[in-house]
Amino acid sequence: MRTAIVERPLEPAALLREVASHGSGATVLFVGTVREVNDGRAVSGIDYSAYTGMAARELDAIAGEAAERFGTPYVVVEHRLGTLGLGEASVAIAVSHPRRAPAMDAARFVIEELKRRVPIWKREHYADGTREWVDPTAGAAPGVVPAGR
Amino acid sequence: MTVTVLLFASYADALGASSVELPLPASGTVRDVVSALARLPGGERLPPAPLVAVNQVYASYDGLVGAGDEVAVIPPVAGG
Repeated sequence: MRTAIVERPLEPAALLREVASHGSGATVLFVGTVREVNDGRAVSGIDYSAYTGMAARELDAIAGEAAERFGTPYVVVEHRLGTLGLGEASVAIAVSHPRRAPAMDAARFVIEELKRRVPIWKREHYADGTREWVDPTAGAAPGVVPAGR
Repeated sequence: MTVTVLLFASYADALGASSVELPLPASGTVRDVVSALARLPGGERLPPAPLVAVNQVYASYDGLVGAGDEVAVIPPVAGG
């Protein structure tokens, strides 16, 4: 199990190699990439920033929870910070496990918890030259401590 | 006592700083930190009850804040 917050391009193939194990019959790789449209607006890039100390701790906790809950030590997660262009990878999650279902469930668990808990923010650049912080909770009750904390 | 409060992303923009020093009573709470922040110039742009972390762990508003604690106000997260 390993997690990292990095400021260099991600190499998903390296994560796949890292979780390789002869005991694993299933390997799952999730890669999150910068998409050209969000909420109907043309996006040209995204700045990612973080509360790096806490983000590293939360990411590590999530990977540990996934390892424990789904029963595999082969969980590797990297999240990139900085300015990313369209199609560039912001997050990569690799999991291997003897069986396919828990491998997929573990990868899903990591990305959903990451989006809920890890203090990372993104500021989208739009084709019209403006930039805005993304607020996934817009329209929801503000300031609610994430469930389970 | 004085506590240093870390600000990020849209909240740093709102207060025009990535950290602020706040005077706090000796047995001050997270709630006191949020109230003091709201009174700063730009503080009215924060939501009424933002998330707060103390020593890098999400904290409840009744939690105590001591000198030397690392306090951070956490905007809605958007990783991935």
